[in-house]
Amino acid sequence: MADLEPRLALPSGSDNGSVARPLGGFSRPRNPTGLVNWLTTVDHKKIGIMYGAAALFFLIIGGVAALLIRLQLAVPNNELLSADFYNQVYTMHGTVMVFLVVMPIGAAFANYLLPLQVGARDVAFPRINAFSFWIFFFGGLLLNTSWFLGGGADGGWFNYAPNNGIAFSPSHGIDFWNMGLLIAGIGSLTGSINLITTVLNMRAPGMSMMKTPIFTWMTLITQFLLLLAIPVLTVAQVLLASDRLFGANFFNVDQGADPLLWQHLFWIFGHPEVYLMILPAFGIVSEIIPTFSRKPIFGYPFMVFSGVAIGFMGWGVWAHHMFVSGIGPLSVVGFTFATMFIAVPTGVKILNWLATMWGGKIILNTAMLFAIALVTQFTVGGLSGVSHSLAAHDTQQTDTYYIVAHFHYVLFGGAFFGFVGGMYFWWPKAFGYKLSEKIGKTQFWTMVVGFNLTFGPMHILGLQGMPRRMHTYDVVQGFNTWNLVATVGSFILGVGTIMVLANALVSYRAWVREGRPDVGPDPWDARALEWSIQSPTPEHNFDYDPVVTQLDDWWYQKYQKDENGVLRQVHTGAEIAQPGNGEGVHLPAPSYWPIVVAFGIPIVAYGLIFNLWLVIPGAIITLAGLYGWALEPADDLDIDDDHGHDDHGHDDDDGDTAAEVDRELENV
Amino acid sequence: MSDAAVAEPVATYDADSHDDHGAHRTSLGLSNMKLAMWLFLASECLLFGALISTYLLSKANFMAEVLAGNPKVLSTMPAELIEEFREAGSVEPMWDIPFTSASSFILLMSSLTMVLAHKAVSEDDDLQTKVWLAATALLGSTFIAGQVYEFTAFFREGLTYDGNLFGSSFFTLTGFHGVHVSGGILMLMSLLFVAFRGKLKSDRAETVELVGLYWHFVDIVWVLIFTIVYLIP
Repeated sequence: MADLEPRLALPSGSDNGSVARPLGGFSRPRNPTGLVNWLTTVDHKKIGIMYGAAALFFLIIGGVAALLIRLQLAVPNNELLSADFYNQVYTMHGTVMVFLVVMPIGAAFANYLLPLQVGARDVAFPRINAFSFWIFFFGGLLLNTSWFLGGGADGGWFNYAPNNGIAFSPSHGIDFWNMGLLIAGIGSLTGSINLITTVLNMRAPGMSMMKTPIFTWMTLITQFLLLLAIPVLTVAQVLLASDRLFGANFFNVDQGADPLLWQHLFWIFGHPEVYLMILPAFGIVSEIIPTFSRKPIFGYPFMVFSGVAIGFMGWGVWAHHMFVSGIGPLSVVGFTFATMFIAVPTGVKILNWLATMWGGKIILNTAMLFAIALVTQFTVGGLSGVSHSLAAHDTQQTDTYYIVAHFHYVLFGGAFFGFVGGMYFWWPKAFGYKLSEKIGKTQFWTMVVGFNLTFGPMHILGLQGMPRRMHTYDVVQGFNTWNLVATVGSFILGVGTIMVLANALVSYRAWVREGRPDVGPDPWDARALEWSIQSPTPEHNFDYDPVVTQLDDWWYQKYQKDENGVLRQVHTGAEIAQPGNGEGVHLPAPSYWPIVVAFGIPIVAYGLIFNLWLVIPGAIITLAGLYGWALEPADDLDIDDDHGHDDHGHDDDDGDTAAEVDRELENV
Repeated sequence: MSDAAVAEPVATYDADSHDDHGAHRTSLGLSNMKLAMWLFLASECLLFGALISTYLLSKANFMAEVLAGNPKVLSTMPAELIEEFREAGSVEPMWDIPFTSASSFILLMSSLTMVLAHKAVSEDDDLQTKVWLAATALLGSTFIAGQVYEFTAFFREGLTYDGNLFGSSFFTLTGFHGVHVSGGILMLMSLLFVAFRGKLKSDRAETVELVGLYWHFVDIVWVLIFTIVYLIP
């Protein structure tokens, strides 16, 4: 009887000479389930789920910090949090939310979906993928151990010089900020190299770049932004670490240093950073809206090129974060214009989403509701953003709650709402059951009400002059009412956000009670390749390469034009989806080394902060891990066997090679 | 109505299909590892770009303070050195251009030997592979030795890492470059080790090529640093 289990490419049991004495010391692990399985997995789907779970964990930390802020600001002259602790709370709130929640959720979706959307078995470098996750997770943990080891970072999430130096911030909090983000940044960098290579190099036959889904495009652009922006942040952090830990003078004003150097370096990273936070969410709603409008995305090339434009132009606007820092009128005017221009490609996207819905058969389920909320709320945030771009306006608005309102509308009301929509959309694909629509809609409206109650009034507070980062305000300033409203709203929002966890649990239990019915490969009747395989996704993804002849190829396999030119359904998804037979499939083998290497690096960081001797064992573990990685037994059993392509069986019937099949498809 | 012919994909073949060399088929025709190395080098461009910008700004600020006679800055270095800077209006008196030119030339030559090593491994010439890999590592180490000598000399003349902006930025920039070269030397020695075990054959030529790409990049960065830091006043 044929073996239906996908064959893990493990050396044991095969006649491969390198097995007997693996150079790296460990043979590869082979636990099919359990903790070790998750610690050593290189499967992009599991890694995506781990990114999501970790992000949820950090969301709770960041969310508690947010509620503490709102409690402190609920009434004037409040003494719930001291000024010093308040500084730590808002710094860690921002840092955790940006680096440990929004970015990893983007990574979660990217990791899970990108290989599926391009029709690949896994990412280009599965072990590096695992390493990226673990190093991010350990970096995030290191950052949060600051709470217990002398206090959290307290210089704001952007951590300006010279306040970030030893003289003004003697506690270790900022060192933890520095090291934690340096380490997590390594994960972002290696992840970006991995995903770019996957999208550029591992697409299914026939899938040219202009036939890839919008989510794939947006994520690709995000990865390019990461690739090029993280090194700039790294340099800023190295300079800061040199100053704080080794006595260098980069931000030493006495020695003539220019503190603006930090601001420039940080924001050259920081502005692309905000685009890389929103672009994945843009990609997500570009998948959801066409599916539940029963129409293709309006203006696919415009959606692609506007994303590329945002990616490029995002590099030219950084100093709009520095309008009042004294850079001079010429720079201010230049950046004003650049910032105004970047609203154009974003506006193109908003209009295209609306045009997609126009004339479509709208299905208002939870995923669609969240997607529409992104379009609406991001527009609100974008409009306040355009008002910031005018330096004359920004001079009043900067450092007030008007800015806080703006970025929460785009990041929370935009990106996070989009992510929750994506969860509802892809949950059945990942886990084999749908989340409850009833709870979902309740959650949606709770979040909408809570979110707008919290951040809507901040526009008013900001224009009335309430400054950011002040731990309290006085009775007579006139901020009382709206602050109280915002606090009430924030707790409603908190309840709404947590409801996604509740929904997952309740829906799972209901599904089990019903006997785990099969949700089917394509429960939404959707358009991209991930819906052409079974749910939950088989471990090996695709049984055979999906061959792509056009954009939304899967949709057009189900719906074809009849003799009158009208699109009619000829198949359901369930009829023609790949059956999920993994016979004869090689999978990348699991490995210990990624987590080992990821474990050594934070030890080096703790050593740099506390005691230089610690650096030595950390460096040894890292280096040994790298060598073990390089030397461990091979993944692909057949690479040493001397056979040509015909031994791999099924090319097309004419015996053409892969390249020839591709060329044939170009003529289709 | 179900049309069985439509349900079948046009062509099916294994997602793990290989070409004649046993390498996986890729959409761009470039191997995954090579594409990844180019992407990594792109990110390194940004890294060194930010470091070089920092150096230029820091040095300019340092000179401005020196020329303005800021006592806090003047006290960070010996008086004779400061005097030379003031007279020259730049940090030029610090450099020993002939010496640094020589070590730059050595690094440049190591790129040549790297190319020869790659050629040798592609042609399965075991002896030449070992010779040229060793030569590259040796030349790279000579360059590092030259850097160490130079830095020691600067230190003795009064340029310290934590003294002033100039020292901090100079040592950080060149130090980062030196660490990158040292990492490259480590990779070369690892390849040499594999070669001495008789396992570095033409099927691993791409690995050597990738180390070569990295090595050339590090070399180009040095050309930039040498020009911007040492040569341009």
